[in-house]
Amino acid sequence: MTESTDITPDGDSTLIETDYEIGQDNINTQIGPVNVDVHNPVFLISGLCIVAFVVLTLAFQDSAGTMFNAMRVWLTSTFDWFFIASANVFVVLCLVLVVSPLGRVRLGGTDATPDYSYSGWFAMLFAAGMGIGLMFYGVSEPLSHYASSVADNAGSPDSWAPLAGAPGDSEAARRLGMAATIFHWALHPWAIYAIVALALALFSYNKGLPLTMRSIFYPIFGERIWGWTGHIIDILAVFATLFGLATSLGFGAEQASAGLEFLFGLPASDTTKVFLIIGITGIALLSVVAGLDAGVKRLSEINMVLAVLLLLFVVIVGPTVAILSGFFHNLVAYVQNLPALSNPVGRTDANFSQGWTAFYWAWWISWSPFVGMFIARVSRGRTVREFITCVLLIPSLVCVFWMTAFGGTAISQLVNDGVQAVASAPLELQLFSMLAQLPLTEITSFLGIVLVIVFFVTSSDSGSLVIDTITAGGKIDAPTPQRIFWCVFEGLVAIALLLGGGLGALQAMSVSTGFPFTIVLLLACVAIVKGLMSEPR
Amino acid sequence: MYSHIMVPVDLAHAEQLQKALQTAADLAKLYQASVCYVGVSASAPSSVAHTPEEFAAKMEKFSQAQAAKYQLPNVSSAAYISHDPTADLDDTLMRASKDAGADLVVMASHVPGLLEHVFASNAGYFASFSKISVLVVR
Repeated sequence: MTESTDITPDGDSTLIETDYEIGQDNINTQIGPVNVDVHNPVFLISGLCIVAFVVLTLAFQDSAGTMFNAMRVWLTSTFDWFFIASANVFVVLCLVLVVSPLGRVRLGGTDATPDYSYSGWFAMLFAAGMGIGLMFYGVSEPLSHYASSVADNAGSPDSWAPLAGAPGDSEAARRLGMAATIFHWALHPWAIYAIVALALALFSYNKGLPLTMRSIFYPIFGERIWGWTGHIIDILAVFATLFGLATSLGFGAEQASAGLEFLFGLPASDTTKVFLIIGITGIALLSVVAGLDAGVKRLSEINMVLAVLLLLFVVIVGPTVAILSGFFHNLVAYVQNLPALSNPVGRTDANFSQGWTAFYWAWWISWSPFVGMFIARVSRGRTVREFITCVLLIPSLVCVFWMTAFGGTAISQLVNDGVQAVASAPLELQLFSMLAQLPLTEITSFLGIVLVIVFFVTSSDSGSLVIDTITAGGKIDAPTPQRIFWCVFEGLVAIALLLGGGLGALQAMSVSTGFPFTIVLLLACVAIVKGLMSEPR
Repeated sequence: MYSHIMVPVDLAHAEQLQKALQTAADLAKLYQASVCYVGVSASAPSSVAHTPEEFAAKMEKFSQAQAAKYQLPNVSSAAYISHDPTADLDDTLMRASKDAGADLVVMASHVPGLLEHVFASNAGYFASFSKISVLVVR
């Protein structure tokens, strides 16, 4: 087309005026039979850095593991106050936005209509956001907090109990254990995701900037985000996403194969694990090729149905009344303990606040570029108020219910029935041990394994789409082979780390990226408020 | 013979479409057919447009420019927003051809290579599954 292309939409427009054209830095060429359209230099540098990190970690396994773990521990113990205080800022900002007039701003402009129905939208954001963690920590974390709280040494410096614990008081320890678990899974993690997602959606759909991490920083760095400042932000986001996904894929394969061994006696060998990774990557591959609607959304919905089935089963077959009343008791316990648990300074429970809370916050934050990008991608057309209600409040309630059903049931089995099997089982088997105490174990455990695998697929496919978009400079219509490349690459990195060792080392490194991203997120808060103020409401 | 011709247009690569556009215009004049130019975009900003409204406006401007260039009396445009154009383009175009009531589709395609054995090109897919006539211009 030869005509000038200066058309802006009618009506109120708050598009940011910039000379940058999306895709202008992209290399668009033909390599063999494959058409590529990738951002220069983000694609190449992130790809090469990831390969270099994997090779170096495999070559210097012992020292790499020690170094990355030391870095992670140093960050979460030195800056625990920073992580905890920042997460509080995110929660408060979200809650303020819900009730303020800024909540009326619609993502995509005043006339935009939602891209997805509530059910499809919710299924996708939940599957990408928490997924697998709920399967493994749903039983083990409440049990762990309960055990450390009720122990005689709770409250002493070497205890891992939250706050002062409740030595010897089983009922109080149970309340505290549930409150502490919910604290790690409800408002705070979802606020972290909501901030990133809201910032991206706002600057992309309302301001017309590309859908990539650097766009959030336009109000702060201006045109400089198109240069190296932006490249570094995007590369860091790719890094955190790929290593976060690959290492949890590796660990997930270990956990799923442990479950298969427990259920079917299948040996948990390296071969089984590698086949699991290949299988998960294969399904994810089909999903990304089929696209967002036919692949990712459909799988997320299947995932949601399976999760609801398992949850309903535990509620109906397990201690139904205890779970239903427990939901409200745990909610109250959470609210009561929230001020103390989220207090960033003067903590006497260093093991808990640094080893659990700060670690969790760093972990959620390192996942936030991925989950935030994905949530932003599917949230066009919602108002800020709807957005925060559905990304922050409803998932939080679902997590409270899930933790009550799984963790609460496991604690009841331990306290009321004296069942030691669940508490003494290894972490990856606790869910299955808990289900073994209920009827129809074969069916539910099988459902559990299927859920674990599908949860991984839904993380892997949405993660590949996100990395593909970032490395294509915010273009979401890059050629298919690119998303295939990232999906396969992620599986290969997971297999290399699984066989060569180094999963723990690189996971520690990816959690460490939570520190720079905390600063990124705080700046994003400023950008969100600035950006929303200039929108028509 | 033909009364409604649909022409899928990729505004980001409009310069590569000249042959298809010329063909469509010639056929339209020959049969006094109307021409509908169809574009597909994602709702996120792209190199072509920052918003779906801007995309629709550009499609309309493009079709008017075609009308002026080839003296076509009866042109229109349609802008479709897809959640994931990389994967959904074929189905969206299929839907567009029904919406437009087209009886001929003229579309440009690159010369097929090795990859077409794995993934059909958009035009290849369209020609295989469309119920109406398709003219693939290379």
